[in-house]
Amino acid sequence: MNLEEYKGVYVFAQQVDNVINSIAFELIGKGKDLADTLGTEVTAVLVGSGVKELADELAEYGADRVIVVDDPELKEYRTEPYAHALASVIEKYKPEIFLVGATAIGRDLGPRVSARVHTGLTADCTQLEIGDFPMNPIPGKEQKHNQLLMTRPAFGGNTIATIACPDFRPQMATVRPGVMQKRPKVEGAKANVEEFNPGFTPNKNYVEILDIVKAVSDTVDIMDAKILVSGGRGVGSAENFKLLDDLAAVLGGTVSCSRAVVDAGWKPKDLQVGQTGKTVRPNVYFAIGISGAIQHLAGMEESDLIIAINKDETAPIFDVADYGIVGDLNKIVPALTEKLKAEMAAN
Amino acid sequence: MKIVVCIKQVPDTKGGVKFNPDGTLDRAAMMTIMNPDDKAGLEAALRLKDQYGAEVTALTMGLPKAADVLREAMAMGADKGILVTDRVLGGADTWATSQTLAGALRNLEYDLIITGRQAIDGDTAQVGPQISEHLNIPVISYAQKIQIEGDSVIVERQFDDRYHVLKAKMPCLITALAELNEPRYMTPGGIFDACSAEITVWGRNDLKDVEDSNLGLKGSPTQIAKASDKVRKGAGEKVSLDPAESVDYIVGKLKEKHVI
Repeated sequence: MNLEEYKGVYVFAQQVDNVINSIAFELIGKGKDLADTLGTEVTAVLVGSGVKELADELAEYGADRVIVVDDPELKEYRTEPYAHALASVIEKYKPEIFLVGATAIGRDLGPRVSARVHTGLTADCTQLEIGDFPMNPIPGKEQKHNQLLMTRPAFGGNTIATIACPDFRPQMATVRPGVMQKRPKVEGAKANVEEFNPGFTPNKNYVEILDIVKAVSDTVDIMDAKILVSGGRGVGSAENFKLLDDLAAVLGGTVSCSRAVVDAGWKPKDLQVGQTGKTVRPNVYFAIGISGAIQHLAGMEESDLIIAINKDETAPIFDVADYGIVGDLNKIVPALTEKLKAEMAAN
Repeated sequence: MKIVVCIKQVPDTKGGVKFNPDGTLDRAAMMTIMNPDDKAGLEAALRLKDQYGAEVTALTMGLPKAADVLREAMAMGADKGILVTDRVLGGADTWATSQTLAGALRNLEYDLIITGRQAIDGDTAQVGPQISEHLNIPVISYAQKIQIEGDSVIVERQFDDRYHVLKAKMPCLITALAELNEPRYMTPGGIFDACSAEITVWGRNDLKDVEDSNLGLKGSPTQIAKASDKVRKGAGEKVSLDPAESVDYIVGKLKEKHVI
């Protein structure tokens, strides 16, 4: 493998039902930072059926070039044809870096692709940067420059590790949704659009889709919320979440919760914040009756402002809260809602 | 039907994580368990065995003491246990691990391979799909329901806002979620039998069609640049006030930060 042949930062622009997932824009945003450091460009790889018109949207978020792989076999996500699409793009275009969202699709697709092209894959990264490997010079060992350094939590968020892939290309990572920043949208921006079809012939690895069942949900995606009012076991019951609903309503926020609440059946899984739920970084995160298990902190500690209310003054949530209030949520939360209503009415 | 379940012995992170003075994980000081997603995968295999009849083999790669999880699997109902252990396999990343397990699986007959979605120590979810690629068989990850129909398997595969009902011809690899089922307990008779049961132990030379350059630390494309204990941002202010004062305090902070 001649590593010098591999150039450019590529990102997988995930779409479902011909709607681009927010992770694609986040990857372009981060990809631009990496490409600027390397003096190269960002290419988005758009895979699907009838998806070409989505390319402009990728350009508006910063993609310099879009490679479109469009084929009827790619209408719904299936591992094999999608892996064939990405592996073929990698073989033809030889990217230096290839980023995939750590979504349910990306974490299925990434490993299959990396195994096919024989390179390393680092899972669920929360930080990416360009640097040296080894990071500090080691006598007798070549220090390589301009390497992708991929940082990720492990052991349930108890440790963080920085990983490099010095001898194989592309350097591949799946990236946790909600962590990287999108660039501001530039209306009317255009990218070079190139179509590429490596040919899709069904084989035994193509699975058959018998049915697609969509969950009915009218809730706001908690990953998009600016203000989250999040409740834990301390809220006490499904009914008592009314207190949080009222506070969220007056602030224009959204209710989310900890794993304990989902396990108790008080709230659905799509509202869960944390290691096995969603990673959020709202402007304001209220942690109400949440003790702050390490798995929960992993999903919310990047929030801009964290306000915790808990009756246990030793709760670990206070270790990450900007403002911690030791007290009874049943008294504080309704009073806070009333006070905010009065404040809003006065303005 | 023959089913191979890949399982891993992992540190139990529920009780917190302990470190050596040099910052590496002190595995000896931590309790070990069968990885939860793998246990769900094993339970799924045992249910297929109950329903359709099957031979269930548990396969693991690890240190010699990883034989313990194979005995646990056999006490739950697995028919055989195979441990792949060899010094040259140590330090493997997911590429080298999946190469190792694929090398072991090439010696075995299987209609289904079931792995857990991910292990709680690495959290990568990569080894299952990578094994399927090395063996050139279909993969269905995040299984929440598994049924057999003739020579095919029908699986509900979970996505964020939907699930797909997928049909694949066997042999096929499935990755299981801990939510898939409630794993059964070991039976007293099972424990008794498993204690004396023979565990098959394989080393590097028992792996089929794998190059040395794909094994262990040397065969791992990814390398660790740095590992450290998680640095958290410091705690902010903590106050203990009566409810009315607490409310004034919060409202004051929200104004200060221009939230309201």
